Parts: sequence; structure tokens; C-alpha cells
Amino acid sequence: MTPIVRFESVTKTFQSGKKTLTAVDAVDLTIERGEIFGVIGYSGAGKSTLVRLINGLERPTSGRVVVDDVDITALSESKLRHVRAKIGMIFQQFNLFRSRTVAGNVAYPLVVAGWPRQKRRERVAELLAFVGLSDKARAYPDQLSGGQKQRVGIARALATSPDLLLADESTSALDPETTQDVLRLLRKVNRELGVTIVVITHEMDVVRAVADRVAVLAEGRVVELGTVFDVFSEPQAPASKSFVSTILRNRPEPADLERLRSRFGGRIVTADVRDGSRIGDVLSDAGGHGVRFEIVYGGITTLQDRSFGSLTLELVGPDDGVDDVIRRLRTVTDVEEVQA
Amino acid sequence: MTTNWDKLRPVLFESIGTTIYMVVITLVVGGLIGLVVGTLLYATRKGGILQNTAAYTVLNILVNIVRPIPFIILLAALGPVTLAVVGRTIGTEAAIFVMIIASSFAIARIVEQNLVTVDPGVIEAARAMGAGPLRIIVTLLIPEALGPLILGYTFVLIGIVDMSAMAGTIGGGGLGDFAIVYGYQRFNWQVTLVATLVIILLVQASQFFGNWLARKALRR
Repeated sequence: MTPIVRFESVTKTFQSGKKTLTAVDAVDLTIERGEIFGVIGYSGAGKSTLVRLINGLERPTSGRVVVDDVDITALSESKLRHVRAKIGMIFQQFNLFRSRTVAGNVAYPLVVAGWPRQKRRERVAELLAFVGLSDKARAYPDQLSGGQKQRVGIARALATSPDLLLADESTSALDPETTQDVLRLLRKVNRELGVTIVVITHEMDVVRAVADRVAVLAEGRVVELGTVFDVFSEPQAPASKSFVSTILRNRPEPADLERLRSRFGGRIVTADVRDGSRIGDVLSDAGGHGVRFEIVYGGITTLQDRSFGSLTLELVGPDDGVDDVIRRLRTVTDVEEVQA
Repeated sequence: MTTNWDKLRPVLFESIGTTIYMVVITLVVGGLIGLVVGTLLYATRKGGILQNTAAYTVLNILVNIVRPIPFIILLAALGPVTLAVVGRTIGTEAAIFVMIIASSFAIARIVEQNLVTVDPGVIEAARAMGAGPLRIIVTLLIPEALGPLILGYTFVLIGIVDMSAMAGTIGGGGLGDFAIVYGYQRFNWQVTLVATLVIILLVQASQFFGNWLARKALRR
């Protein structure tokens, strides 16, 4: 199957006075049909521009953006409108129409698409039921909570049954609990309706909760791209490492290590934990070599249904015994010794 | 000096009628022209949905030229144009013509300023749905700004009442004319006072009505 979105060396620059700002810098990217694709980056990394290139709200300075096999960079503004009508979009600030009721908001894209009134009414009822807001049809956006507003935003974005949904920082204005609600809804949209979703965020938690693959964006460039598990478990680029460390504090920082070394006299090693790495087996044998161990730091989590994390251990015992335990740990996983 | 109200009363009522007529016509026609020009100013500005630097610059300069001209000067300055369009330079219709010109430009600025306050994110959301500029303006932009727009129009309405009084100087008729001819020029402060009170009443009533309408539009 052909990818739903393809970036071919896309660059987008903005002119502000005499300075040229490169928001998106020679990006090559492919988003597959049916996946939830995360794009993570700090503010100013070019995420918002990147997502707006997909529905033509921004035009690339150079390169091609291909959506559904159509090179949208070549389209006129009026042709682009037809492409946009088939791509849903939700926003950080929801961007609901305050002058319209919830039902009026959800119906708007259908009006644009020229649906007759009766069909619109049926479709709106169906969408509000899907997002769980049937009782709010006649309410105005100002009367809703943040989470409810984003549900309306999602219903509105799905009105014309798009194949692709763009979510621009869609949970950044929400509290953690509401964020989880909205993310659950996005997963439901992906699983039940088969909608491909591009999730733009600066929160690694969001990527971890919903995305299949993730691109890390820094200064307009894709510095890392892979499955969420790969990027989390072995981040390569500095930006990726920093994002991963925001939610996975399983490896001790230098300050933590200093504290550990002052409190524990034995040798300190950090071992990666993965599915199938039999660390327990090695450690349970350690006693036979006269080696005691203590878990002094660590964390294990689940990512895309796989375990992943690390444990920092203090090993106390005769030197050759400790060496032997470390050697056998290395046969089952990656081990890093902290130099005293 | 005693005032013969029996003689003046019909004149006063006619003047009230003329004032209301001038104000309403000006508000409707000038309001529509101002809405169009103001919307164009908003849409053609940099980053607008119909960005067009040339059109914006021309409109902007035009508005800036007409707006600061004191109305009483404009009445005189537009003389030849008024003659060409209305056929005469004095009287109610001539006054209305100049009032429409002056109010159009004032309203254009107010419309532009109120449209600018509409959240650009809302416009972007509509663009993302594939809505075209005209549809966005008519079905979204103006409804979203309706409350402030009504307050803006109410504000202008009072300026128009002010203009209608000044139009008395070219025999425009109405309460201003009445106050000047029967009050000021005859040193009859009673008449001036009554005319002033009626104008205050009209303005108060319009302001209350405008506020009420704006509240309805904002649902607050």
C-alpha cells in the first residue's frame, strides 16, 4: 500500500525582516496508512509548520508533499480546499466556533462539503454519540470543559469521514486525566475507524501512550525516526535522549550516582531490562559466588506491550566473584559499570 | 421671552422625524459600506485570508484621509461631489449623502478593529475544513465578532446623531437644524434645551438597545 503522506526533501522558510527562519529543513518522511505517527520536538522545532504542510495551510519553500498520491504542492488554493476537506485537524486551543452550538460546530465541515440538512443532522448525532457528547448538542462551547471541547473538536474533525487526522498539540492545554481521556478517544478513532493520525506534541507521555512510530524534530530536522519502542529504548540523538529522560527516570543521573557511591561501598552497575533478559537468573546464582546484591536505583515500564527499563545494582563480595557476576550479566543484557 | 410651543410643537415633531430618518438611512447604508470596506481591510492585510498589499494600502490610506476631516469641513469640501450625486448641496438628502461618506469610513475602521480580535485559530480551523474566504467571512468571521460589532455600531450611531445635528448648518433639517434656527439664532435657550434633551433621549435609547442586542449576540 502506498503511504498516506510523503515528504520529499521539504524545506519551509519564513522571512521576518532580513532574517530567514528555517522552520522545516530538508525533511524526508513517510507516514503509513493506519498508523498513529508521533512528531515530537521542543517549541520552535518546526512541528506546527510540519503538520500544516500536510493539509496545505503552509506551502513548502522547496520539496514535495504528497498526500494520498496527490502532489499537493502543485495544487491551486481552490483545489487544495478539496484535499483539506478530507483531512481532519484538531488544535491545542480547540478553535471551536463560539457563535455556534456544539451541533453547529460539528455540522460546519458538512455544510462546507455541501451535505443536505437531513443528512447533516443524522451525521452530527452519530458523531456526538461517538465522542460521548450527545447531551451537549445544543450547548455553546463556552459552557464546556476543556476535555469536552476537544471531544467536540474531534467530532468536528471526523465529520466528513477523513482518512487522516492531524492533531496539533491536542492535549497540551488539558490536565493529565483529561489528556488520557482524549488520548483514549484518539486510539479509538484509529482502531475503530481506521483513521491515520499524526500527533504533534512536546510531551513524550503522549507519544508513549498512543504512537506507533515517532519522529524527533529538532531545529526543523528529523533527528531520529523509528518505532516508539526503539526510540525510547535506545535514543541516539541528543534531543531524543532528553525527551526520553523526561519520562523515564530509570537511569541514575550523575548527581544520583554521586549520592549512590557515597552511600554504597560495593561496585555499582546498571543493567538494561528487556523482555527475555534473564537478569533474575544471574542474580539468584550470585550468592553461590559469595556475592550479595542490592537494588539501588531503576525503573521498568511497558512500551508497545514490551518491557523495558533498567536496574542499578550494588554488588558486594570478593573481586573475582563480582567480576564473574558482571560477566554473566553481560551475556544476558547490556551492563554499564559505574567507575568509582 | 415666552415660547409659543403650540406653533413650535409640530416643527419639533417633524424635526425628530427627520433626525431619525437621516440617522437610520446613514446607519443602514453607511453601515453596509463600512462593513464591506472594514472586512476588506481585515482580509487584505498581511497574513489575511485575501492578503493583497496593494488593495490594503489603498484602502488604508483612503480611510486615513477621510476620517480625520471634521464633519463640518467635509460637508463643504464634498460640495461638488454632493451636487453631482444628489443634485443639490443643501437640504436633508445632501446632508445624508455626506453623512454616509463620513460614517462609512468610521465604521470601516471599527469593523476592522473588531474583526482583528477574532481568534485566528478559528479562521485556521475553518480553512483546514476546506472553507473558502468568502464563506469564512460571511458564515464565521462576522458571526464570531457580532457582539463587539453591535457595540461598535452603537458607538458610531451616536456619532451619526452628532453629524445630523451639524447638518443643520446646510439646512439639513432635523433636531440640530431646529435647535439652531429656533433656539440659538433667536436666543431662545428653552428651545435649544428641549432639542438637546430629545437628542439625549434618543441617544440613551439607542445605547440601551445596542447593549441589549450585543448581550443577546454574546449570550451573556
